[in-house]
Amino acid sequence: MVKLLDTYKTYDNGTKALKGVTLTIEDGEFVFIVGPSGSGKSTIIKMLAAEVRPTSGKVMVNGFNIGAIRQREIPYLRRTIGVVFQDFRLIENKSVHENVAFVMRAVGASPRAIKKRVPYVLDLVGILHKSRRLPGELSGGEQQRVAIARALVNNPSLIIADEPTGNLDPARSFELMTLLEKINMLGTTVVVVTHEKELVNQFEKRVVTIDGGIVISDKTGGYYSERMNLYYGNGQIQH
Amino acid sequence: MGKYSIRYFLHEGLHSIVVHGFMSFAAVTVIAACLLIIGTFSLVAYNIDVLIDSLEAQNEIAIYIDESYTREQALALEAQLRSIDNVSDVIFVSKEELFDDYLETLGEDAVIMEDLRDDNPLRDSYRIIMKDVSLHAETVEALEQVAGVAETNSQKELSDRLLQIRQVVNAVSYTLIALLGAISVFIISNVVRLAMFARREEISIMKMVGATNGFIRVPFVIEGVALGLMAAVVAFFAQWGVYRYIVSGLMQGIAMFDMVPFDAFALPLLGALILAGLGLGVGGSVLTIRRFLKV
Ligand SMILES: Nc1ncnc2c1ncn2[C@@H]1O[C@H](COP(=O)(O)OP(=O)(O)OP(=O)(O)O)[C@@H](O)[C@H]1O
Ligand SMILES: [Mg+2]
Repeated sequence: MVKLLDTYKTYDNGTKALKGVTLTIEDGEFVFIVGPSGSGKSTIIKMLAAEVRPTSGKVMVNGFNIGAIRQREIPYLRRTIGVVFQDFRLIENKSVHENVAFVMRAVGASPRAIKKRVPYVLDLVGILHKSRRLPGELSGGEQQRVAIARALVNNPSLIIADEPTGNLDPARSFELMTLLEKINMLGTTVVVVTHEKELVNQFEKRVVTIDGGIVISDKTGGYYSERMNLYYGNGQIQH
Repeated sequence: MGKYSIRYFLHEGLHSIVVHGFMSFAAVTVIAACLLIIGTFSLVAYNIDVLIDSLEAQNEIAIYIDESYTREQALALEAQLRSIDNVSDVIFVSKEELFDDYLETLGEDAVIMEDLRDDNPLRDSYRIIMKDVSLHAETVEALEQVAGVAETNSQKELSDRLLQIRQVVNAVSYTLIALLGAISVFIISNVVRLAMFARREEISIMKMVGATNGFIRVPFVIEGVALGLMAAVVAFFAQWGVYRYIVSGLMQGIAMFDMVPFDAFALPLLGALILAGLGLGVGGSVLTIRRFLKV
Protein backbone atom coordinates (compact mmCIF):
# COMPACT_ATOMS: atom_id res chain seq x y z
CA MET A 1 0.00 0.00 0.00
CA VAL A 2 1.10 3.55 -0.77
CA LYS A 3 0.16 6.43 1.48
CA LEU A 4 1.29 10.04 1.18
CA LEU A 5 0.10 12.32 3.95
CA ASP A 6 0.53 16.07 3.53
CA THR A 7 3.84 15.47 1.80
CA TYR A 8 6.17 18.32 0.95
CA LYS A 9 9.36 18.15 -1.06
CA THR A 10 11.72 21.06 -1.43
CA TYR A 11 14.86 20.24 -3.44
CA ASP A 12 18.25 21.46 -2.29
CA ASN A 13 18.12 24.33 -4.75
CA GLY A 14 14.91 25.59 -3.18
CA THR A 15 12.47 24.26 -5.80
CA LYS A 16 9.22 23.34 -4.11
CA ALA A 17 8.20 20.23 -6.07
CA LEU A 18 5.48 18.95 -3.75
CA LYS A 19 3.38 21.22 -1.58
CA GLY A 20 1.18 19.02 0.53
CA VAL A 21 0.23 15.89 -1.39
CA THR A 22 -2.18 13.48 0.27
CA LEU A 23 -2.81 10.27 -1.65
CA THR A 24 -3.64 6.68 -0.81
CA ILE A 25 -3.23 3.80 -3.26
CA GLU A 26 -4.64 0.50 -2.08
CA ASP A 27 -3.12 -2.86 -2.99
CA GLY A 28 -4.32 -4.06 -6.36
CA GLU A 29 -5.22 -0.62 -7.72
CA PHE A 30 -4.32 0.76 -11.15
CA VAL A 31 -3.64 4.49 -10.98
CA PHE A 32 -2.67 7.03 -13.61
CA ILE A 33 -0.84 10.08 -12.38
CA VAL A 34 -1.17 12.95 -14.85
CA GLY A 35 -0.30 16.60 -14.84
CA PRO A 36 1.70 19.24 -16.66
CA SER A 37 5.45 19.25 -16.96
CA GLY A 38 7.19 20.18 -13.73
CA SER A 39 4.10 19.53 -11.62
CA GLY A 40 5.86 16.97 -9.41
CA LYS A 41 4.83 13.60 -10.89
CA SER A 42 8.33 12.18 -11.16
CA THR A 43 9.10 13.48 -7.70
CA ILE A 44 6.26 11.38 -6.31
CA ILE A 45 7.45 8.31 -8.23
CA LYS A 46 11.02 8.76 -7.05
CA MET A 47 9.80 9.17 -3.51
CA LEU A 48 8.05 5.80 -3.67
CA ALA A 49 11.41 4.16 -4.42
CA ALA A 50 13.19 6.27 -1.78
CA GLU A 51 15.29 8.01 -4.42
CA VAL A 52 14.16 11.26 -2.89
CA ARG A 53 12.93 11.76 0.65
CA PRO A 54 10.04 13.92 1.75
CA THR A 55 10.93 17.24 3.34
CA SER A 56 7.89 16.89 5.58
CA GLY A 57 4.78 14.81 5.81
CA LYS A 58 4.55 11.07 5.91
CA VAL A 59 5.16 8.63 3.04
CA MET A 60 4.50 4.92 3.58
CA VAL A 61 5.25 2.38 0.86
CA ASN A 62 4.61 -1.33 1.43
CA GLY A 63 5.14 -0.86 5.13
CA PHE A 64 8.34 1.23 4.83
CA ASN A 65 8.36 4.78 6.16
CA ILE A 66 10.23 6.66 3.41
CA GLY A 67 10.89 9.69 5.59
CA ALA A 68 12.71 7.62 8.18
CA ILE A 69 14.02 4.67 6.16
CA ARG A 70 17.61 3.68 6.85
CA GLN A 71 20.07 3.47 4.00
CA ARG A 72 20.50 -0.25 4.42
CA GLU A 73 16.75 -0.88 4.41
CA ILE A 74 16.30 0.75 1.03
CA PRO A 75 17.25 -2.38 -0.98
CA TYR A 76 14.52 -4.30 0.82
CA LEU A 77 11.95 -1.60 0.07
CA ARG A 78 13.00 -1.70 -3.57
CA ARG A 79 12.54 -5.44 -3.78
CA THR A 80 8.84 -4.82 -3.25
CA ILE A 81 8.73 -2.37 -6.17
CA GLY A 82 9.25 -2.83 -9.89
CA VAL A 83 10.35 0.29 -11.77
CA VAL A 84 9.82 1.03 -15.47
CA PHE A 85 11.44 4.02 -17.15
CA GLN A 86 10.64 6.02 -20.23
CA ASP A 87 14.04 5.16 -21.75
CA PHE A 88 13.80 1.43 -20.89
CA ARG A 89 17.29 1.35 -19.37
CA LEU A 90 18.28 -2.10 -20.56
CA ILE A 91 21.89 -3.21 -20.57
CA GLU A 92 22.98 -3.10 -24.19
CA ASN A 93 25.48 -5.94 -24.17
CA LYS A 94 23.29 -8.40 -22.30
CA SER A 95 20.67 -10.54 -23.98
CA VAL A 96 16.99 -10.11 -23.18
CA HIS A 97 17.17 -13.16 -20.95
CA GLU A 98 20.30 -11.89 -19.19
CA ASN A 99 18.78 -8.45 -18.66
CA VAL A 100 15.98 -10.04 -16.69
CA ALA A 101 17.98 -12.84 -15.06
CA PHE A 102 20.61 -10.53 -13.65
CA VAL A 103 18.16 -8.62 -11.48
CA MET A 104 17.08 -11.90 -9.92
CA ARG A 105 20.69 -12.76 -9.27
CA ALA A 106 21.18 -9.30 -7.80
CA VAL A 107 18.77 -10.17 -5.01
CA GLY A 108 20.36 -13.57 -4.44
CA ALA A 109 17.98 -15.88 -6.31
CA SER A 110 19.15 -19.42 -7.03
CA PRO A 111 20.04 -20.45 -10.59
CA ARG A 112 17.12 -22.85 -10.48
CA ALA A 113 14.63 -20.18 -9.53
CA ILE A 114 16.05 -17.93 -12.25
CA LYS A 115 15.75 -20.66 -14.86
CA LYS A 116 12.12 -21.17 -13.97
CA ARG A 117 11.01 -17.60 -13.46
CA VAL A 118 12.67 -15.67 -16.32
CA PRO A 119 10.97 -17.55 -19.18
CA TYR A 120 7.69 -17.20 -17.32
CA VAL A 121 7.81 -13.40 -17.15
CA LEU A 122 9.21 -13.11 -20.67
CA ASP A 123 6.27 -15.15 -21.84
CA LEU A 124 3.89 -13.02 -19.79
CA VAL A 125 5.04 -9.87 -21.61
CA GLY A 126 5.06 -11.72 -24.94
CA ILE A 127 8.77 -11.56 -25.72
CA LEU A 128 9.90 -15.09 -24.87
CA HIS A 129 10.69 -15.88 -28.50
CA LYS A 130 13.31 -13.12 -28.53
CA SER A 131 15.10 -13.96 -25.28
CA ARG A 132 18.45 -14.37 -27.00
CA ARG A 133 18.35 -11.05 -28.76
CA LEU A 134 20.24 -7.99 -27.62
CA PRO A 135 18.13 -4.94 -26.70
CA GLY A 136 19.48 -3.08 -29.75
CA GLU A 137 17.89 -5.69 -31.98
CA LEU A 138 14.41 -4.99 -30.61
CA SER A 139 11.82 -2.32 -31.36
CA GLY A 140 11.02 0.28 -28.71
CA GLY A 141 7.82 -1.49 -27.76
CA GLU A 142 9.65 -4.78 -27.40
CA GLN A 143 12.37 -3.18 -25.32
CA GLN A 144 9.77 -1.72 -23.00
CA ARG A 145 8.23 -5.18 -22.63
CA VAL A 146 11.61 -6.49 -21.54
CA ALA A 147 11.83 -3.64 -19.06
CA ILE A 148 8.43 -4.61 -17.71
CA ALA A 149 9.51 -8.25 -17.47
CA ARG A 150 12.53 -7.07 -15.52
CA ALA A 151 10.36 -4.97 -13.22
CA LEU A 152 8.13 -7.99 -12.63
CA VAL A 153 10.64 -10.73 -12.23
CA ASN A 154 11.31 -10.31 -8.52
CA ASN A 155 7.57 -10.47 -7.95
CA PRO A 156 7.01 -6.96 -6.57
CA SER A 157 3.68 -5.95 -5.12
CA LEU A 158 3.89 -2.54 -6.79
CA ILE A 159 4.94 -1.49 -10.28
CA ILE A 160 5.78 2.17 -10.86
CA ALA A 161 6.22 3.45 -14.39
CA ASP A 162 7.29 7.01 -15.17
CA GLU A 163 6.08 7.77 -18.70
CA PRO A 164 6.62 4.22 -19.93
CA THR A 165 5.07 5.05 -23.31
CA GLY A 166 6.99 8.27 -23.84
CA ASN A 167 9.15 6.68 -26.54
CA LEU A 168 6.44 4.57 -28.17
CA ASP A 169 3.93 5.21 -30.95
CA PRO A 170 0.22 5.22 -30.04
CA ALA A 171 -0.42 1.61 -31.07
CA ARG A 172 2.60 0.36 -29.06
CA SER A 173 1.54 2.57 -26.15
CA PHE A 174 -1.89 0.99 -26.13
CA GLU A 175 -0.42 -2.49 -26.20
CA LEU A 176 1.89 -1.66 -23.37
CA MET A 177 -0.88 -0.22 -21.25
CA THR A 178 -2.93 -3.34 -21.93
CA LEU A 179 -0.01 -5.38 -20.70
CA LEU A 180 0.20 -3.33 -17.51
CA GLU A 181 -3.53 -3.80 -17.08
CA LYS A 182 -3.07 -7.56 -17.40
CA ILE A 183 -0.30 -7.48 -14.81
CA ASN A 184 -2.58 -5.45 -12.56
CA MET A 185 -5.28 -8.04 -12.94
CA LEU A 186 -2.80 -10.68 -11.78
CA GLY A 187 -2.66 -8.77 -8.50
CA THR A 188 0.14 -6.22 -8.78
CA THR A 189 -0.55 -2.58 -7.92
CA VAL A 190 0.33 -0.38 -10.90
CA VAL A 191 1.07 3.34 -10.83
CA VAL A 192 1.67 4.95 -14.24
CA VAL A 193 2.74 8.52 -14.88
CA THR A 194 1.78 9.69 -18.32
CA HIS A 195 1.13 12.71 -20.48
CA GLU A 196 -1.03 10.83 -22.92
CA LYS A 197 -4.58 11.96 -22.63
CA GLU A 198 -5.96 9.60 -25.26
CA LEU A 199 -4.41 6.65 -23.59
CA VAL A 200 -5.70 7.55 -20.15
CA ASN A 201 -9.18 8.03 -21.54
CA GLN A 202 -9.11 4.62 -23.20
CA PHE A 203 -8.66 2.87 -19.88
CA GLU A 204 -11.25 3.69 -17.31
CA LYS A 205 -8.95 3.78 -14.34
CA ARG A 206 -8.38 6.01 -11.37
CA VAL A 207 -6.73 9.24 -12.50
CA VAL A 208 -4.84 11.46 -10.08
CA THR A 209 -4.04 14.89 -11.46
CA ILE A 210 -1.10 16.82 -10.03
CA ASP A 211 -0.48 20.48 -10.67
CA GLY A 212 1.97 22.78 -8.96
CA GLY A 213 2.88 20.13 -6.44
CA ILE A 214 -0.63 19.38 -5.21
CA VAL A 215 -3.36 16.93 -6.15
CA ILE A 216 -6.02 18.91 -8.00
CA SER A 217 -8.28 16.01 -8.89
CA ASP A 218 -8.60 12.32 -8.08
CA LYS A 219 -11.30 10.47 -9.99
CA THR A 220 -12.06 6.81 -10.44
CA GLY A 221 -13.11 5.55 -13.85
CA GLY A 222 -11.74 8.87 -14.85
CA TYR A 223 -10.47 11.07 -17.58
CA TYR A 224 -8.11 13.92 -17.72
CA SER A 225 -9.80 16.75 -15.84
CA GLU A 226 -11.22 19.73 -17.69
CA ARG A 227 -8.39 21.76 -16.35
CA MET A 228 -5.95 19.37 -17.96
CA ASN A 229 -7.62 19.82 -21.29
CA LEU A 230 -6.83 23.44 -20.85
CA TYR A 231 -3.14 22.64 -20.67
CA TYR A 232 -3.26 20.57 -23.79
CA GLY A 233 -5.28 23.28 -25.43
CA ASN A 234 -2.69 25.99 -24.81
CA GLY A 235 0.04 23.79 -26.15
CA GLN A 236 2.13 23.27 -23.01
CA ILE A 237 2.16 19.61 -23.77
CA GLN A 238 1.94 18.40 -27.31
CA HIS A 239 0.31 15.26 -28.23
CA MET B 1 23.41 -12.35 -0.18
CA GLY B 2 22.66 -15.80 -1.52
CA LYS B 3 24.98 -18.74 -1.46
CA TYR B 4 24.49 -18.95 -5.21
CA SER B 5 26.37 -15.75 -5.71
CA ILE B 6 29.94 -16.91 -5.32
CA ARG B 7 30.33 -18.06 -8.90
CA TYR B 8 28.70 -14.88 -10.09
CA PHE B 9 31.03 -12.72 -7.99
CA LEU B 10 34.14 -14.52 -9.21
CA HIS B 11 32.98 -14.47 -12.78
CA GLU B 12 32.10 -10.79 -12.75
CA GLY B 13 35.23 -9.72 -10.89
CA LEU B 14 37.67 -11.72 -13.00
CA HIS B 15 35.83 -11.04 -16.23
CA SER B 16 36.39 -7.36 -15.78
CA ILE B 17 40.14 -7.94 -15.48
CA VAL B 18 40.08 -9.68 -18.86
CA VAL B 19 37.87 -7.06 -20.48
CA HIS B 20 40.23 -4.31 -19.35
CA GLY B 21 43.20 -6.50 -20.18
CA PHE B 22 45.76 -3.86 -20.97
CA MET B 23 44.82 -1.73 -18.00
CA SER B 24 44.96 -4.77 -15.73
CA PHE B 25 48.31 -5.82 -17.13
CA ALA B 26 49.75 -2.35 -16.64
CA ALA B 27 48.37 -2.18 -13.11
CA VAL B 28 49.78 -5.57 -12.14
CA THR B 29 53.16 -4.66 -13.61
CA VAL B 30 53.44 -1.35 -11.81
CA ILE B 31 52.21 -2.74 -8.50
CA ALA B 32 54.56 -5.73 -8.80
CA ALA B 33 57.41 -3.29 -9.44
CA CYS B 34 56.44 -1.34 -6.32
CA LEU B 35 56.33 -4.52 -4.27
CA LEU B 36 59.66 -5.61 -5.72
CA ILE B 37 61.35 -2.36 -4.76
CA ILE B 38 59.89 -2.51 -1.27
CA GLY B 39 60.83 -6.19 -1.01
CA THR B 40 64.41 -5.60 -2.13
CA PHE B 41 64.97 -2.89 0.44
CA SER B 42 63.38 -5.00 3.13
CA LEU B 43 65.63 -7.93 2.26
CA VAL B 44 68.71 -5.75 2.35
CA ALA B 45 67.65 -4.51 5.78
CA TYR B 46 66.99 -8.09 6.82
CA ASN B 47 70.45 -9.22 5.72
CA ILE B 48 72.07 -6.37 7.58
CA ASP B 49 70.10 -7.38 10.66
CA VAL B 50 71.25 -10.95 10.43
CA LEU B 51 74.81 -9.81 9.95
CA ILE B 52 74.67 -7.46 12.91
CA ASP B 53 73.25 -10.21 15.06
CA SER B 54 75.95 -12.61 14.09
CA LEU B 55 78.66 -10.01 14.64
CA GLU B 56 77.27 -9.02 17.99
CA ALA B 57 77.13 -12.62 19.05
CA GLN B 58 80.86 -12.97 18.46
CA ASN B 59 82.66 -12.90 21.77
CA GLU B 60 86.09 -12.76 20.24
CA ILE B 61 88.60 -9.97 19.93
CA ALA B 62 91.82 -10.34 17.97
CA ILE B 63 94.87 -8.51 19.22
CA TYR B 64 98.14 -8.09 17.31
CA ILE B 65 101.50 -7.95 19.02
CA ASP B 66 104.00 -5.25 18.26
CA GLU B 67 106.46 -6.33 15.54
CA SER B 68 109.45 -5.53 17.73
CA TYR B 69 108.44 -8.26 20.15
CA THR B 70 110.11 -11.61 19.84
CA ARG B 71 108.11 -14.80 19.87
CA GLU B 72 109.12 -15.36 23.53
CA GLN B 73 108.06 -11.88 24.53
CA ALA B 74 104.81 -12.34 22.72
CA LEU B 75 104.08 -15.64 24.40
CA ALA B 76 104.93 -14.10 27.72
CA LEU B 77 102.00 -11.71 27.44
CA GLU B 78 99.48 -14.50 27.90
CA ALA B 79 99.40 -14.41 31.68
CA GLN B 80 98.87 -10.67 31.74
CA LEU B 81 96.08 -10.92 29.16
CA ARG B 82 94.41 -13.66 31.14
CA SER B 83 94.34 -11.52 34.24
CA ILE B 84 92.13 -8.88 32.57
CA ASP B 85 88.52 -8.80 33.72
CA ASN B 86 85.99 -10.37 31.37
CA VAL B 87 88.61 -12.41 29.57
CA SER B 88 87.65 -16.04 29.71
CA ASP B 89 90.21 -17.52 27.36
CA VAL B 90 93.31 -16.53 25.49
CA ILE B 91 94.61 -18.39 22.44
CA PHE B 92 97.93 -17.62 20.86
CA VAL B 93 98.00 -17.59 17.05
CA SER B 94 101.41 -17.29 15.49
CA LYS B 95 101.92 -15.23 12.38
CA GLU B 96 102.70 -18.45 10.46
CA GLU B 97 99.34 -19.87 11.39
CA LEU B 98 97.67 -16.64 10.37
CA PHE B 99 99.46 -16.76 7.04
CA ASP B 100 98.30 -20.32 6.42
CA ASP B 101 94.74 -19.37 7.31
CA TYR B 102 94.96 -16.46 4.94
CA LEU B 103 96.29 -18.62 2.09
CA GLU B 104 93.45 -21.00 2.69
CA THR B 105 90.84 -18.33 2.16
CA LEU B 106 92.51 -17.41 -1.13
CA GLY B 107 92.15 -20.92 -2.54
CA GLU B 108 93.76 -21.26 -5.96
CA ASP B 109 95.14 -17.75 -5.97
CA ALA B 110 97.31 -18.71 -3.02
CA VAL B 111 100.24 -19.62 -5.25
CA ILE B 112 101.04 -15.97 -5.89
CA MET B 113 101.37 -15.35 -2.19
CA GLU B 114 103.55 -18.41 -1.58
CA ASP B 115 106.69 -16.33 -2.19
CA LEU B 116 105.84 -14.18 0.78
CA ARG B 117 106.03 -17.04 3.21
CA ASP B 118 109.64 -16.29 4.14
CA ASP B 119 108.95 -12.63 4.45
CA ASN B 120 105.64 -12.93 6.34
CA PRO B 121 104.13 -9.44 6.72
CA LEU B 122 101.71 -10.58 9.43
CA ARG B 123 102.10 -10.28 13.18
CA ASP B 124 101.76 -12.72 16.03
CA SER B 125 98.36 -12.47 17.60
CA TYR B 126 96.02 -13.64 20.29
CA ARG B 127 92.36 -14.52 20.12
CA ILE B 128 90.74 -13.16 23.24
CA ILE B 129 87.45 -14.77 24.26
CA MET B 130 85.17 -12.56 26.34
CA LYS B 131 82.93 -13.74 29.15
CA ASP B 132 80.33 -11.05 28.57
CA VAL B 133 79.89 -9.61 25.08
CA SER B 134 78.22 -6.47 26.41
CA LEU B 135 81.44 -5.44 28.19
CA HIS B 136 83.14 -5.29 24.82
CA ALA B 137 84.27 -1.66 24.96
CA GLU B 138 85.80 -1.94 28.43
CA THR B 139 87.60 -5.11 27.48
CA VAL B 140 89.11 -3.57 24.36
CA GLU B 141 90.28 -0.62 26.41
CA ALA B 142 91.94 -2.89 28.97
CA LEU B 143 93.62 -4.92 26.25
CA GLU B 144 95.02 -1.81 24.62
CA GLN B 145 96.62 -0.84 27.96
CA VAL B 146 98.82 -3.91 27.81
CA ALA B 147 102.34 -3.09 26.64
CA GLY B 148 103.11 -4.90 23.40
CA VAL B 149 99.56 -4.90 22.08
CA ALA B 150 99.84 -2.98 18.84
CA GLU B 151 96.28 -3.27 17.61
CA THR B 152 92.95 -4.71 18.60
CA ASN B 153 90.50 -5.84 16.06
CA SER B 154 86.95 -6.87 16.74
CA GLN B 155 83.77 -6.86 14.72
CA LYS B 156 82.26 -4.27 17.02
CA GLU B 157 83.16 -1.27 14.87
CA LEU B 158 81.82 -3.02 11.82
CA SER B 159 78.60 -3.86 13.59
CA ASP B 160 78.21 -0.27 14.76
CA ARG B 161 78.72 0.94 11.22
CA LEU B 162 76.19 -1.57 9.96
CA LEU B 163 73.73 -0.40 12.58
CA GLN B 164 73.95 3.09 11.11
CA ILE B 165 73.54 1.77 7.60
CA ARG B 166 70.55 -0.23 8.67
CA GLN B 167 68.89 2.84 10.13
CA VAL B 168 69.26 4.58 6.80
CA VAL B 169 67.97 1.53 4.93
CA ASN B 170 65.02 1.31 7.33
CA ALA B 171 64.14 4.96 6.84
CA VAL B 172 64.29 4.51 3.08
CA SER B 173 62.22 1.31 3.33
CA TYR B 174 59.48 2.95 5.36
CA THR B 175 59.34 5.91 3.00
CA LEU B 176 59.14 3.56 0.03
CA ILE B 177 56.45 1.45 1.66
CA ALA B 178 54.33 4.54 2.26
CA LEU B 179 54.99 6.06 -1.15
CA LEU B 180 54.81 2.97 -3.35
CA GLY B 181 51.95 1.58 -1.26
CA ALA B 182 49.97 4.74 -1.89
CA ILE B 183 50.79 4.57 -5.60
CA SER B 184 49.62 0.95 -5.72
CA VAL B 185 46.37 1.71 -3.93
CA PHE B 186 45.82 4.60 -6.29
CA ILE B 187 46.39 2.40 -9.34
CA ILE B 188 44.03 -0.32 -8.13
CA SER B 189 41.40 2.23 -7.23
CA ASN B 190 41.61 3.62 -10.75
CA VAL B 191 41.27 0.25 -12.43
CA VAL B 192 38.28 -0.48 -10.22
CA ARG B 193 36.88 2.96 -10.97
CA LEU B 194 37.16 2.20 -14.68
CA ALA B 195 35.38 -1.11 -14.16
CA MET B 196 32.62 0.54 -12.16
CA PHE B 197 32.27 3.32 -14.67
CA ALA B 198 31.97 0.81 -17.50
CA ARG B 199 29.18 -0.82 -15.56
CA ARG B 200 27.48 2.19 -14.05
CA GLU B 201 24.27 1.35 -15.88
CA GLU B 202 24.25 -2.15 -14.45
CA ILE B 203 25.04 -0.82 -11.00
CA SER B 204 22.21 1.69 -11.12
CA ILE B 205 19.77 -1.00 -12.23
CA MET B 206 20.99 -3.32 -9.51
CA LYS B 207 20.41 -0.60 -6.95
CA MET B 208 17.00 0.06 -8.39
CA VAL B 209 15.90 -3.55 -8.06
CA GLY B 210 17.12 -3.78 -4.50
CA ALA B 211 20.60 -5.29 -4.64
CA THR B 212 22.42 -4.45 -1.44
CA ASN B 213 25.55 -2.33 -1.62
CA GLY B 214 27.43 -5.31 -0.27
CA PHE B 215 26.31 -7.43 -3.20
CA ILE B 216 27.16 -4.76 -5.75
CA ARG B 217 30.54 -4.19 -4.15
CA VAL B 218 31.83 -7.76 -4.05
CA PRO B 219 32.84 -8.26 -7.71
CA PHE B 220 34.82 -5.04 -7.62
CA VAL B 221 36.57 -5.97 -4.40
CA ILE B 222 37.36 -9.32 -6.00
CA GLU B 223 38.80 -7.51 -8.99
CA GLY B 224 40.98 -5.33 -6.79
CA VAL B 225 42.11 -8.25 -4.69
CA ALA B 226 42.86 -10.36 -7.77
CA LEU B 227 45.01 -7.56 -9.18
CA GLY B 228 46.83 -7.25 -5.86
CA LEU B 229 47.42 -10.98 -5.61
CA MET B 230 48.66 -11.27 -9.18
CA ALA B 231 51.06 -8.42 -8.50
CA ALA B 232 52.21 -10.20 -5.33
CA VAL B 233 52.95 -13.44 -7.17
CA VAL B 234 54.77 -11.63 -9.98
CA ALA B 235 56.74 -9.66 -7.40
CA PHE B 236 57.68 -12.87 -5.60
CA PHE B 237 59.25 -14.44 -8.65
CA ALA B 238 60.89 -11.19 -9.68
CA GLN B 239 62.26 -10.91 -6.14
CA TRP B 240 63.66 -14.39 -6.42
CA GLY B 241 65.52 -13.48 -9.59
CA VAL B 242 66.77 -10.17 -8.27
CA TYR B 243 67.93 -11.70 -5.02
CA ARG B 244 69.80 -14.48 -6.76
CA TYR B 245 71.43 -11.92 -8.95
CA ILE B 246 72.52 -9.90 -5.95
CA VAL B 247 73.86 -12.96 -4.15
CA SER B 248 75.67 -14.55 -7.06
CA GLY B 249 76.59 -11.56 -9.19
CA LEU B 250 76.89 -8.46 -7.13
CA MET B 251 78.05 -9.81 -3.78
CA GLN B 252 80.45 -12.42 -5.14
CA GLY B 253 83.17 -9.83 -5.57
CA ILE B 254 82.93 -8.56 -2.01
CA ALA B 255 82.47 -11.89 -0.32
CA MET B 256 83.22 -10.57 3.13
CA PHE B 257 79.96 -11.92 4.46
CA ASP B 258 77.37 -14.43 3.37
CA MET B 259 73.86 -13.34 2.46
CA VAL B 260 70.91 -15.29 3.77
CA PRO B 261 69.89 -17.82 1.09
CA PHE B 262 66.56 -17.08 -0.61
CA ASP B 263 65.08 -20.41 0.44
CA ALA B 264 65.43 -19.43 4.08
CA PHE B 265 62.75 -16.75 3.81
CA ALA B 266 60.93 -17.63 0.57
CA LEU B 267 57.74 -18.71 2.31
CA PRO B 268 57.44 -15.83 4.77
CA LEU B 269 58.26 -13.47 1.89
CA LEU B 270 55.51 -14.96 -0.25
CA GLY B 271 53.15 -14.67 2.70
CA ALA B 272 54.06 -11.05 3.28
CA LEU B 273 53.68 -10.20 -0.41
CA ILE B 274 50.29 -11.90 -0.56
CA LEU B 275 49.13 -10.02 2.51
CA ALA B 276 50.38 -6.80 0.97
CA GLY B 277 48.60 -7.63 -2.30
CA LEU B 278 45.40 -8.38 -0.43
CA GLY B 279 45.66 -5.16 1.54
CA LEU B 280 46.36 -3.06 -1.53
CA GLY B 281 43.51 -4.75 -3.42
CA VAL B 282 40.94 -4.30 -0.70
CA GLY B 283 42.16 -0.77 0.05
CA GLY B 284 42.16 0.31 -3.58
CA SER B 285 38.77 -1.07 -4.45
CA VAL B 286 37.00 -0.01 -1.25
CA LEU B 287 38.34 3.51 -1.71
CA THR B 288 36.65 3.82 -5.10
CA ILE B 289 33.51 1.85 -4.32
CA ARG B 290 32.62 3.92 -1.30
CA ARG B 291 32.54 7.05 -3.36
CA PHE B 292 30.74 5.36 -6.24
CA LEU B 293 27.96 3.77 -4.25
CA LYS B 294 26.81 6.90 -2.45
CA VAL B 295 23.08 7.73 -2.87
N1 LIG C 1 16.86 16.92 -8.51
C1 LIG C 1 16.21 18.07 -8.58
N2 LIG C 1 16.73 19.18 -8.06
C2 LIG C 1 16.10 20.34 -8.10
N3 LIG C 1 14.89 20.52 -8.65
C3 LIG C 1 14.29 19.45 -9.18
C4 LIG C 1 14.91 18.17 -9.16
N4 LIG C 1 14.09 17.28 -9.76
C5 LIG C 1 13.00 17.97 -10.13
N5 LIG C 1 13.10 19.27 -9.78
C6 LIG C 1 12.11 20.31 -9.95
O1 LIG C 1 10.95 19.92 -9.24
C7 LIG C 1 9.79 20.21 -9.97
C8 LIG C 1 8.99 18.97 -10.21
O2 LIG C 1 9.75 18.11 -11.02
P1 LIG C 1 9.25 16.68 -11.51
O3 LIG C 1 10.36 16.03 -12.20
O4 LIG C 1 8.66 15.97 -10.35
O5 LIG C 1 8.13 17.09 -12.54
P2 LIG C 1 7.26 16.18 -13.52
O6 LIG C 1 5.87 16.39 -13.14
O7 LIG C 1 7.76 14.80 -13.52
O8 LIG C 1 7.56 16.86 -14.93
P3 LIG C 1 7.66 16.18 -16.36
O9 LIG C 1 6.26 15.92 -16.80
O10 LIG C 1 8.31 17.21 -17.22
O11 LIG C 1 8.47 14.93 -16.24
C9 LIG C 1 10.26 20.88 -11.27
O12 LIG C 1 10.19 22.27 -11.10
C10 LIG C 1 11.69 20.45 -11.40
O13 LIG C 1 12.44 21.42 -12.06
MG1 LIG D 1 8.70 13.53 -14.92
